[in-house]
Amino acid sequence: MWRRLTALLKSTGGPWAALVVLLLICCISNEHFRSVQNLINITRQVSYSGLIALGMTFVIAGGGIDLSVGSLLAFSGVISILGMNAVPGSETLAVAVAAVIAVALGAACGAANGALVALGKVPPFIATLGTLVIFRSLALYFGNSGLVSSENNVYREFGGAVIGGIPLPVWILLILTVLFSVILKQTRLGRHICAVGSNERVARYAAIRTGLVKFYTYLIAGTTAGISALLFGGRLNSVSSTSAGQSYELDAIAAVIIGGSSMNGGKASIWGTLAGILILGNVSNVLDMWGISVTLQGTVKGLVIIIAVMMQRKTLK
Amino acid sequence: MSSDLLLRTESVTKSFGGTPVLSGISLELHTGEILGLVGENGAGKSTFVKCLLGLHKPDSGSITFLGRDLLRTGPDGIAGIPQEFNLVNDLTVAENIFLGREPRRFGLLLNRELMRSESRRLLRKLDVEMDPDRMIDSLSVAEKQMVEIAKALSVNCRLLIMDEPTTVLNQNESAILFRIMKELKEAGTSIIFISHRLEEIRTICDRVAVLRDGVLVSCDPAASLDAMEIARRMVGRELKQMFPPTVPPSGEALLTVENLSSGKEVRNVSFELKPGITGLAGLAGAGRTELAETICALRRRSSGTVKLAGETLHLRKPSDAPAHGIVYLSEDRQGSGILTEFPLDKNTTLSSLRRYCHAGFIDRRAERACAESYVEKFRIKTASVETELKYLSGGNQQKVALAKCLDNHPRVFLFDEPTRGVDIGARSDIYHFISELAASGVACLLISSDLEEVIGMCSRVMVMRAGELAGTLENEHVTEEEIMYLATGVK
Repeated sequence: MWRRLTALLKSTGGPWAALVVLLLICCISNEHFRSVQNLINITRQVSYSGLIALGMTFVIAGGGIDLSVGSLLAFSGVISILGMNAVPGSETLAVAVAAVIAVALGAACGAANGALVALGKVPPFIATLGTLVIFRSLALYFGNSGLVSSENNVYREFGGAVIGGIPLPVWILLILTVLFSVILKQTRLGRHICAVGSNERVARYAAIRTGLVKFYTYLIAGTTAGISALLFGGRLNSVSSTSAGQSYELDAIAAVIIGGSSMNGGKASIWGTLAGILILGNVSNVLDMWGISVTLQGTVKGLVIIIAVMMQRKTLK
Repeated sequence: MSSDLLLRTESVTKSFGGTPVLSGISLELHTGEILGLVGENGAGKSTFVKCLLGLHKPDSGSITFLGRDLLRTGPDGIAGIPQEFNLVNDLTVAENIFLGREPRRFGLLLNRELMRSESRRLLRKLDVEMDPDRMIDSLSVAEKQMVEIAKALSVNCRLLIMDEPTTVLNQNESAILFRIMKELKEAGTSIIFISHRLEEIRTICDRVAVLRDGVLVSCDPAASLDAMEIARRMVGRELKQMFPPTVPPSGEALLTVENLSSGKEVRNVSFELKPGITGLAGLAGAGRTELAETICALRRRSSGTVKLAGETLHLRKPSDAPAHGIVYLSEDRQGSGILTEFPLDKNTTLSSLRRYCHAGFIDRRAERACAESYVEKFRIKTASVETELKYLSGGNQQKVALAKCLDNHPRVFLFDEPTRGVDIGARSDIYHFISELAASGVACLLISSDLEEVIGMCSRVMVMRAGELAGTLENEHVTEEEIMYLATGVK
């Protein structure tokens, strides 16, 4: 019974089937959950770590891991708001400057991670553990260990923008999902990433530039952290240098794994990651609705992650 | 030979995803008997063995071992020595032999003294003098195999299953292994021996079981068979000539290597490759693989130059060599040749993907068409081009690895042990393919430890010894004796 169920889930896009089941349970059990507004809220809440999870999918597909993305979000957020506040005059111009800073800084820090792994041959776990601490420390330093906020109304509007009933971050999450899925499945880069993740030695012998390929995965992950930082800051018009992005890297990794990608690399699905992030978001939300203590929610989330991986293991056999 | 029945399988059947792999295998094995198990890759040998070891459960049929139902009681008393050893590299010989069953003092502390003395005793039983405190990664392949055998003996095994144990051994080491097998047999241990080398099967085994497409074709006394007959039964058809006519190197030199060195492994090697087939022989560790890898920039070059058609190449990274039409088929198929988790089509285009791309986007249709053409050309047995390679047999995997290299349209093709672990039918296919390629003007270098293969395929053979080129033999000088003289430096 168990085996048949898991096999079915796998063949029908497991994570999405699980998400549908979860949504059904939530909708039936709680009338507040059913509202469209709630569903949109959930999606907006997860879109920030969701964007990071999309980038993380590339890193994991390539056989690596990036622990620094949460701190990077805080660092990029802090610097971009400081930059925005320094621009005199036009508020729109200031936001444009912030956007460039956030994305460029995210990309540059991602590139630094990539260089450490590809050129420095530092194991990804160690390299990004190091930069996790560095980025957070830099965020605290430049943010005076507190909240960095702006008075920019354009930025507030940008962060809270709703287009066709759907919040801007959700749009960007969806657009990047489509874009990244195409990159992963239909381009040479995507193929090479999976080849490197599957067996780096084979990839090297097949004349694939493995270092460069790995570098790109961290570059992508850093860039998504930068984009996420920009949207995150606009939401409240501020970024907390202490708590922004805290444990986002763990949510992102969890989403990738729940989404059916292999932790060892080689096999990955961007759409699976999207399902994974939505599953995590829905679980938190429905636990709130059921009145379960916030402190206990972590336990449930942890169980969801473990069960998801166990189900994948079963179907792999 | 004692006639006590040790093992009996009756109508053992197994299929994977609807494809029958074993159809009704009924076989008997007696105490102290060595049974040869042969068949082409994909014939079902490994699946059958895995059923005996309890790694697969047959769909139907029964297996009786020592009068017990094996499927119920588990494979106690049967030990398998896989091709890829199950040894932990960072532990000592003794620790590996007793891995998971360590003797203890007071039920808690490891009894190292006992582990050591027992290991020494077991190894001595095999006539092997080996310090039980040595680390596994300091051992040679042959020594590791001895450790595996000692490990099997330590659990009092009655049936030892050896999967192609001689593939990784040289002739001396094989001879030692055969002597040990005979001693085990005398002591009452039965052995199932899988090998592609039919001559050794014939000499060491009492009976030979031939599998073809999951069916037991025959099981006859080895003395009544010759190698050709065994091969015929395996393939199920008359074999064409194993070796195609040799294609001697001729014309202008395509690849010129001058004073190439890489650390201590390759020292000051110079040679020329012309269109045709040139062999490269030598003992294990002579630096043949290292030479090929240095040419292709897979290994750091400490000095020397590589020229293609007279033009000096600056090969710095692994992707440079294929770009100039120099490809290398690795000896380590699983480790560096193919992606077992990837489907066939994505493997064939792995190093030539650029050609199937428009602005970075992969043309899946063209890619699949390419894979299909290779499946046809090399007669690769596969369910579809989207089948993951882990489901293919060794011979078919090797053909995919060849296709991957060939898809770069090489001018120079370095084959490293192209038929290692490949069955007779596929082996002959590969020989003919190399020959055709050489005849079409590609400079082929055939690196091989199989002297029969080198002599059968090449009219010009270079021999390496300790990282240096020891000499080059041509035409009537290409003989087993002369190659060995050069390889060992004894004359």
